[in-house]
Amino acid sequence: MSSAKKAIKPRVPMPEQPAAERRRNFEEVALGYTLELAMEEAARCLQCKKPPCQKGCPVEVNIKDFVGHLAKGDVVAAYRTIKETNSLPAVCGRVCPQEIQCEGSCVLGKKGQPVAIGRLERFAADEFAAKSACEEITGMPECPMIQEDLKVACIGSGPSSLTVAGYLSSRGVKVTVFEALHEPGGVLTYGIPRFRLPKRIVKREVDALKENQVDIVLNWVGGKTFSVEELFEDGYKAVFVGVGAGLPRFMGIPGENLIGVFSANEYLTRVNLGRAWNFPEFDTPCFACTRATVIGGGNVAMDAARTALRLGAEKVTIVYRRTQDEMPARQEELHHALEEGVELACLCGPLAFNGDERGYLKSMTVQKMTLGEPDASGRCRPCALEGETMEIETDMCVVAVGSGPNPVLLGATPEIETNRRGYIVINEETGETAMENVFAGGDIVTGSATVILAMGAGRRAAQEIARRLGVE
Amino acid sequence: MPTKILKKRKLIPGTTSELTLDAPQIAKKAQPGNFIILRVSENGERIPLTIADADPEAGTIKIVYLVLGKTTAELETLDEGDEIHDLCGPLGKATHIEKEGTVICVGGGTGIAAMHHIAKGHHKAGNHVVAIIGARNKDLLLFYDELTAFCPEVLVSTDDGSFGHKGFVTEVLKKRLEEDKTVKEVVAIGPVPMMRAVALTTEPFGVKTTVSLNSIMVDGIGMCGACRVTVGGEVKFACVDGPEFDGHKVDFAELSARLGAYKPQEKDSHEQYKCRCQCHE
Ligand SMILES: Cc1cc2nc3c(=O)[nH]c(=O)nc-3n(C[C@H](O)[C@H](O)[C@H](O)COP(=O)(O)OP(=O)(O)OC[C@H]3O[C@@H](n4cnc5c(N)ncnc54)[C@H](O)[C@@H]3O)c2cc1C
Ligand SMILES: Cc1cc2nc3c(=O)[nH]c(=O)nc-3n(C[C@H](O)[C@H](O)[C@H](O)COP(=O)(O)OP(=O)(O)OC[C@H]3O[C@@H](n4cnc5c(N)ncnc54)[C@H](O)[C@@H]3O)c2cc1C
Ligand code: SF4
Ligand code: SF4
Ligand code: FES
Repeated sequence: MSSAKKAIKPRVPMPEQPAAERRRNFEEVALGYTLELAMEEAARCLQCKKPPCQKGCPVEVNIKDFVGHLAKGDVVAAYRTIKETNSLPAVCGRVCPQEIQCEGSCVLGKKGQPVAIGRLERFAADEFAAKSACEEITGMPECPMIQEDLKVACIGSGPSSLTVAGYLSSRGVKVTVFEALHEPGGVLTYGIPRFRLPKRIVKREVDALKENQVDIVLNWVGGKTFSVEELFEDGYKAVFVGVGAGLPRFMGIPGENLIGVFSANEYLTRVNLGRAWNFPEFDTPCFACTRATVIGGGNVAMDAARTALRLGAEKVTIVYRRTQDEMPARQEELHHALEEGVELACLCGPLAFNGDERGYLKSMTVQKMTLGEPDASGRCRPCALEGETMEIETDMCVVAVGSGPNPVLLGATPEIETNRRGYIVINEETGETAMENVFAGGDIVTGSATVILAMGAGRRAAQEIARRLGVE
Repeated sequence: MPTKILKKRKLIPGTTSELTLDAPQIAKKAQPGNFIILRVSENGERIPLTIADADPEAGTIKIVYLVLGKTTAELETLDEGDEIHDLCGPLGKATHIEKEGTVICVGGGTGIAAMHHIAKGHHKAGNHVVAIIGARNKDLLLFYDELTAFCPEVLVSTDDGSFGHKGFVTEVLKKRLEEDKTVKEVVAIGPVPMMRAVALTTEPFGVKTTVSLNSIMVDGIGMCGACRVTVGGEVKFACVDGPEFDGHKVDFAELSARLGAYKPQEKDSHEQYKCRCQCHE
């Protein structure tokens, strides 16, 4: 090995808003590459003969090719390549846990820093200027005419459903998306904050779908306003269920209903969907606090903590029962959160919330923990240190310890088989549920997962639907 | 879905109105006990309101609201022909209704409107429905005529004695329960203190008591937990597990406290809104 020649250049840094500034605003944190920076970063790619990066991506984006196109400055070709398998690259480039997927498999990562695949994907998507809705959706200039009698319905408008809608509408199928809330996008709209995923990104995607004659029906609740059965009576040939895993989990500890204790879903929905960050310009209020705590260690916890900071909390502490190394959040989010001044209280398991006589949260009692043997998931099990408890002062706590399947649609549709945990059982090959021509994918099948997995599942189901409709 | 207001009836000028809305799909599905969530305008807050009546043939539903803060004040500015920005429903579990005998439906304030739909359901199921309604005075009493149309008994109480019994609905209820041991169920809808008082009144009689909880809601489809209430020591989401629960098991103190969680912000929002309106006059 001629080691001298092998010295790997570090990746091109992404311009960012300085931490001191951004911790109080809701503008996007990472500002994105310019063409020059993107070409420079893309040039680091070795164009491996057998690129392992592609296998690391759940939808197997042809990374080598798209990065190769970018190295030459060819944004159009790069976009087209990505769009062959990934319908929301502007989103994925921003929110995929790249370090354990594509970038985690890049050979450069063995000796130095992997190619910044996510940043490049985001650049290609942001930079691409589509000339038509079809081009935006597929990368190809023209799509077939929509056949009005070839109707497919999607329930829920998260990434899984949007993928189904894009795939089928670009093959001439008339798609209608029914969403319970007043804005489409699922978690992309109500969950992930705009400083991480600006709402214009989701809007651009939804607008392209609409232009491609996808109907988006808002405030329409599956299982309440309409039933799956009725969709078939109305002439829909297939139904895709992508209702997500929106039921918030609580811990069942004393004091959880005190004023000031929120589920992450409530807190983030108020701020993102309700635009409470811009109260009273928008009417939805958000709880004001000085010392915020957030329980959990995932992306949801990071988002809640950074949101609390931006809404004026003087001190924000993430309470987690394992250590920083076990946190499931994307590295970049944890890193950004720490830069912004979010503090960590690791190895702490909440025992109780304590309130005042008016029912307001004042503090949290936590059990000190230590790490024991690895459990089934391979992560070290947190064990209580008997008798060692601690009190954390806090007037607002956001609980971000996971979620479950939402009961509204499934409760009304017993024909759709669910498993022990309440998630939908599907045929892994086709995505079909126990109900004929009803497909499902995304978090309602897997439990809370990732955007890219939800899209992959949507794509699989869409392919099968297209095959059955004879438009593949 | 923007929803057209077909008819507006000012029940108590400036404070309470009834809207008839063009919502065929919701009208088709609405059951007593269900509610809707609406946003008055583009930047509005989602608020829940009970479906006070539904006419599947005409494709309409009725809502009755009390002007309290910003959102209901803004709703009050709309008129026949105007549109509500978003409307979603029917939400919540429908009232459990079966033929059981005598059912007493107690309503207070705007809650009488919500109670009306449930009373009608019990009447249709063949129950003998006794309505007990209360208000501060005669002029503030809602739905008296509507209830008399089908309830064999409509008992009234007013704080000032201007109509019916002088005092509280609970006193009328207690008397009625003492006189008649065949009452199978009591349904109560109104302000939290009233529902709590009704539950306390019925407890010694051992009569099943159903209350409809109005906790703060955001999505109304079980996704946020804002609406959580404690019933029999268990945490329930009022929007999907309710809004109706066993009144003898509800933790009313917790509900009252939680309803006040956003008082300072609501006040600000309403003040600013009133100011904006005056500036434009
Ligand atoms: C705060 C937060 C941060 C996250 N961060 C990341 C991240 O950084 N990277 C990543 O990859 N993943 C992240 N995730 C996870 C990711 O967002 C989800 O895995 C993904 O959105 C799942 O997509 P989906 O299509 O299954 O459904 P969802 O996005 O959950 O959308 C479901 C939609 O269905 C609607 N719905 C529900 N019931 C009904 C009904 N009965 N009728 C009609 N509509 C209904 C809901 O309102 C919702 O809009 C995050 C999640 C959260 C909550
Ligand atoms: C299932 C249900 C059915 C209801 N039915 C009716 C009805 O038929 N008629 C009627 O007049 N009222 C009804 N309410 C109450 C109604 O939702 C509130 O009066 C309304 O939200 C007040 O909004 P505002 O902006 O005008 O006032 P604000 O000043 O914002 O609030 C006044 C008070 O209303 C309550 N409130 C505020 N926001 C919400 C919210 N998002 N969800 C629930 N409560 C809130 C709080 O206790 C608050 O202190 C119902 C509530 C529930 C949960
Ligand atoms: S979709 Fe996600 S995992 Fe796949 S290449 Fe893009 S950023 Fe990487
Ligand atoms: S593994 Fe890394 S270096 Fe090799 S092709 Fe993929 S991105 Fe390029
Ligand atoms: S209102 Fe959100 S869960 Fe009930």
